[in-house]
Amino acid sequence: MPIKTDLSTIAQMPDERGHFGPYGGRFVSETLMAALKQLEETYERLWRDPDFQAEFDRDLAHYVGRPSPLYHAVHLTELCGGAQIYLKREDLNHTGAHKVNNTIGQALLAKYTGKPRVIAETGAGQHGVASATVAARLGLECQVYMGAEDVQRQALNVYRMKLLGAEVISVESGTRTLKDAMNEAMRDWVTNVDDTFYIIGTAAGPHPYPKLVRDFQSVIGREARAQCLEQAGRLPDALVACVGGGSNAIGLFHPFIEDGDVRMVGVEAGGYGVESGQHAAPLTAGRPGVLHGNRTYLMEDDAGQILGTHSVSAGLDYPGVGPEHSYLKDTGRAEYVAINDDEAMDAFRTLTRVEGIMPAIESSHAVAHAMKMAKEMDKDQIIVVNLSGRGDKDIHTVAQLDGIQV
Amino acid sequence: MNRIAACFERLKEQGRQALIPYITAGDPAPGATVPTMHAMVEAGADIIELGIPFSDPMADGPTIQLACERSLKHGTRLLDVLDMVKTFREKDQETPVVLMGYLNPVEVLGYGAFAEQAAAAGVDGALIVDLPPEEAEGEFDQAMKANGLDIIYLLAPTTEESRIEQVCKAGSGYLYYVSVKGVTGSASLDVQAVADKLDVVRKYTNLPVGVGFGIKDAESAKAVSEVAEGVIVGSVLVNKIASLVQQQDEIPAQVSAIVAELRTAMDA
Repeated sequence: MPIKTDLSTIAQMPDERGHFGPYGGRFVSETLMAALKQLEETYERLWRDPDFQAEFDRDLAHYVGRPSPLYHAVHLTELCGGAQIYLKREDLNHTGAHKVNNTIGQALLAKYTGKPRVIAETGAGQHGVASATVAARLGLECQVYMGAEDVQRQALNVYRMKLLGAEVISVESGTRTLKDAMNEAMRDWVTNVDDTFYIIGTAAGPHPYPKLVRDFQSVIGREARAQCLEQAGRLPDALVACVGGGSNAIGLFHPFIEDGDVRMVGVEAGGYGVESGQHAAPLTAGRPGVLHGNRTYLMEDDAGQILGTHSVSAGLDYPGVGPEHSYLKDTGRAEYVAINDDEAMDAFRTLTRVEGIMPAIESSHAVAHAMKMAKEMDKDQIIVVNLSGRGDKDIHTVAQLDGIQV
Repeated sequence: MNRIAACFERLKEQGRQALIPYITAGDPAPGATVPTMHAMVEAGADIIELGIPFSDPMADGPTIQLACERSLKHGTRLLDVLDMVKTFREKDQETPVVLMGYLNPVEVLGYGAFAEQAAAAGVDGALIVDLPPEEAEGEFDQAMKANGLDIIYLLAPTTEESRIEQVCKAGSGYLYYVSVKGVTGSASLDVQAVADKLDVVRKYTNLPVGVGFGIKDAESAKAVSEVAEGVIVGSVLVNKIASLVQQQDEIPAQVSAIVAELRTAMDA
């Protein structure tokens, strides 16, 4: 699709009402409007505040361990026999995924606004762990909503959160996955809005969340851009990142939006195959609608009910996507594809064996697609893959697929 | 004058307040809805809020979420809900019906088509929970107005005065004041706090105000009717429906019995 909007306009979204073209916005009940407005004002003030910025940067450096390396995966590159593959090692962050970049930022907002309690929703548990971690550090009370099905398949992360002092609330309603956890977290927030900060884990939800999560995660792309220039002397030809809600992808993509020659490829969860209907790929196979406070591509039936999703990866198992991705898709600035469960699991095994890096199953979707792309590209071209998380949390899932009891 | 305005006018003359029951359309099965609507009107309901079932009712508590799930099990679509209103209108041309729900099913149908077909079915207004005035401005607003439908907006305890003014200007028919911080079916309300907030609301509008969330029994209905023009009750009725899933024939009588009890208390 040709790019219909000029790149600087795209980079400056959202507008003052939180719209990315027709997407985004603030589609919430009146009961949340005041809290969102307050959050927006707080965020806009603090994001420009040098003290806040300094504290955020300090935490990213000394607590998270940034900058994360950009690693030239020579063995994987050799195996594919095409473009040079670089991995942005978000898996090396404290708590093992990119999620912590955002939770550090939002917890600081909670601290600056004096809210003693934080809540979060989580799918794979990475955002829950990252939220529980920052809450422990700042002495905040923390409750994490998690779909009952995810509680089962991510038992390790559930226990981690408990050790960190958070309470994990298993959500039994609806499809018992991430979307239902988000519904419950919203309900909690409406009820306890005076003393509670809601740490949304992805670049979705009502304005200003998609914007602020993107801004906190954009450290990924800023670093990757500088590191690539330093190591390879040029910008990459393509960026590849997995997309559930899309926070790691937007964090990598956003600082490159105005670099028109850099392709951006978001990889959704194809589940059993997009044609099977059992997937979590709204940008690939859904259509625009309104859920969780924003207009965006959704998986819905023809009557507007939200469909259940399937992915081997709990973190991608979500029927919506951040609104900025919907906008990047429609403007043609980014492209979106789907990778099936099997392909992701193959990539998981390959990367583990040839590079000694065990990726999260979520990130394995990006690796799988990058491997496909690399084969079609020249050896002097560069792909940067966001290795958004590490795979330790998934060992039970992988073992189960192998029929092994760990 | 449309049905909603006429209803409040009549009540005002009589010195009474509107009793506005909510049920989810198609809960627990499509056949239960229209007979229950008629029974509620006979028992003293003035306006009926009919819920459009949605898979992810974010602003509602477990009671309404489960009602949506029961209804959706039968595949109830927005168009089916409109058909129920059409059937209701065969016997009742007077009682206003307001649809209440979430935006996505409406968006799929299209704002223009929704407004036209809703008006044709005999709907009088709509309250779309996740569509605040800012987002309704433009296409939705125009489609509703063009078809003579009221847009009912929510006000909350957290709504600031400057915003109350804005919402009051955008709304029509009546305003729905959410009496507690929380979701439907949650904590009990503080009538004095409601009264204080409504004093502020009345600085900006002559529209009647209905109060909902947290009205559980005759006592709370009576208390609210002393400070507002309308009393909105939902979860208590939906819980009754939930308890009668195995005896659906009983639903109209037992739900309307609660409505009658509230009516008696309000008129006492």
